[in-house]
Amino acid sequence: MEFLRPSTWDEALAAKAEYPSAVPIAGGTDVMVELNFDRHRPEALIDLNRVPELHTWEIDDDVVRLGASVPYTRIIDHLTDRLPGLSLAAHTVGSPQIRNRGSVGGNLGAASPAGDAHPALLASGGRVEVASVRGTRMIPIDDFYLGVKRNALEEDELILAVHIPSATAPQQFSKIGTRNAMVIAVCSFGIGLHPETGTVRTGIGSAAPTPRRATDAEEFIAAELADAGLWASRGELAASTAQRFGELVAQAASPIDDVRGSAAYRRHALSVMARRTLTWTWNEYRTAGRAAA
Amino acid sequence: MRITFTCNGRLTEADGVWEGESLLYVLRERVGLPGSKNACEQGECGSCTVYLDGDPVCSCLVAAGQVQGREVRTVEGLADGDELDPVQQAFVEAGAVQCGFCTPGLLVQTHDLLERQAQPSDAEIREALSGNLCRCTGYEKIMDAVRLAAARRAESAERVN
Ligand SMILES: Cc1cc2nc3c(=O)[nH]c(=O)nc-3n(C[C@H](O)[C@H](O)[C@H](O)COP(=O)(O)OP(=O)(O)OC[C@H]3O[C@@H](n4cnc5c(N)ncnc54)[C@H](O)[C@@H]3O)c2cc1C
Ligand code: FES
Ligand code: FES
Repeated sequence: MEFLRPSTWDEALAAKAEYPSAVPIAGGTDVMVELNFDRHRPEALIDLNRVPELHTWEIDDDVVRLGASVPYTRIIDHLTDRLPGLSLAAHTVGSPQIRNRGSVGGNLGAASPAGDAHPALLASGGRVEVASVRGTRMIPIDDFYLGVKRNALEEDELILAVHIPSATAPQQFSKIGTRNAMVIAVCSFGIGLHPETGTVRTGIGSAAPTPRRATDAEEFIAAELADAGLWASRGELAASTAQRFGELVAQAASPIDDVRGSAAYRRHALSVMARRTLTWTWNEYRTAGRAAA
Repeated sequence: MRITFTCNGRLTEADGVWEGESLLYVLRERVGLPGSKNACEQGECGSCTVYLDGDPVCSCLVAAGQVQGREVRTVEGLADGDELDPVQQAFVEAGAVQCGFCTPGLLVQTHDLLERQAQPSDAEIREALSGNLCRCTGYEKIMDAVRLAAARRAESAERVN
C-alpha cells in the first residue's frame, strides 16, 4: 500500500489521476474502520489533511463555500447562524471525538443513505464542487446521490467544497436512534423554509436507497402556503395541513426492514418528524416576523 | 514507512510503519505508550482518545501517516512529572476508576472539556463524555470526578488571582 501526502490541491488531483483506485482519507472516521477490520485494502491512501483549501470556508454574498474536510465541530462553532440545519445535523454525528475529525466531504464521499449531512443539504439546497485534473464541475446536491453508498463522482475526481445558500428562514433536523449520542439514524429528516421562493425543501435520510427529497410533500405545502397567503401574513398553519405534509413525506420514503428498525416504523417516524419539524420551523418563522415588526 | 511527530512534547520517530496502520497502534506498539487503550478500533468507545493538534480524537481512526509533523498528546502527557493532573487526581479520589480500561480516554476527554468550559453543567459533562464508554462504574463516580476536578480548578484559579 502507498501513503500519498499531497500538500496542495493540484497535487491531490494529480495523485487521484495517477491512482484512480486510491482511497482519499480526510477525517478517517469511515475509512479507518474499514482498514482496521481489513474489509478493504486499497492500493493507496491519499491523505487530504495537508491540503489547506479543504479545511477552510468562505462566505460569499449569500452562499457558504464549505471546504470538504472542515470538521463538524467547526461547523457547529462557526456556521450555525448561516447553516442552522446542517449544524443541527452535525451535532447528532457520533461523539465529540468523531465530530472533531469527521467532515461533510467524508459524509458525501461515503454517500451512506444514513449519513446525517445529507437530509440537511437536500433541505437547504446547494451544489457540490468536484474537480479532477480534467477540470471542475458543480453537481447540484439533488443529483449527487446515485445509489446505496454510490455518488456522482468519477474515479479521478475529488470533492473540493460544498456551496450552501445561507439560511433566510428557519431550518430543522430530526433523527431517530436508540440513544442521543453515537447512533446511526434509524431514519432522519431535514427541512428548510425558503420564503424568497415560496418553497419548503425536505430531505429524508435512512429510509430509501439514497437520501432523497419528498417532492410531493414539498409541492403540497408550497401550494397550501401560497393559497392562504401565509408567507406574507405569517398566519397559523392548520394542524391538518401539517398532518397531511407528514403523511406525504412518509409516502416519499421507500424504507426496508433491517436491524435498526422496520419499514413500517420508519414510515411512521418520518411522518411524525415531518409534522413536528414543519410546525416548529413555521412557528419560528411567525415569531421572527412578529419580532421584526 | 517512517513517521516523525511530536508526542507529549518530544520529537518521536516510528519506523517500519504499515501505511494502513492507526495512530493508536503506533503509540502502543511502536513508541511504547500503552496508556491509550484499544477496545473497539471503530470509534465507538473513546478509550483511545488523544489530543491531535489540540483536539481530542479517537487515535484508532487516525492513519499513522496523517500525524507526520503533527502534535500528539496522550494520557501519559497529562501529568507534570510525578504530579498528577487535577483531572487524574479527581478520578482517583472520586473512585471513578474500576478496571481502568476506559480511564485514559475519559481523562483526556475531561481534560479538554475543562479547558474549554471551566464550570460545565451536568448536561454538558454528559454530552462531552458521550463518546466514552465505561462498562464498570455506571458513570456516577465519573460524573463526581469531573465535578470535583472542575471545583479544584476553580479553587486554584482563585488562589492564583
Ligand atoms: C463511532 C462513529 C460514529 C459515527 N456516527 C455517525 C453519525 O452519527 N452520522 C453520520 O452521518 N456518520 C457517522 N459516522 C460516519 C462518519 O463519521 C461520517 O460519515 C463522516 O462524515 C466521515 O467524514 P470523514 O472526514 O471522517 O471521512 P473519511 O473516513 O476520511 O472518508 C469517508 C469517505 O469519503 C471519501 N472522501 C473523503 N473526503 C473526500 C473528498 N474530499 N473527495 C472525495 N472523496 C472523499 C473517502 O475516500 C471515503 O470513501 C460515524 C463514524 C464512527 C466511527
Ligand atoms: S479503540 Fe478507538 S474508539 Fe474504541
Ligand atoms: S472502569 Fe472499567 S470500563 Fe470504566
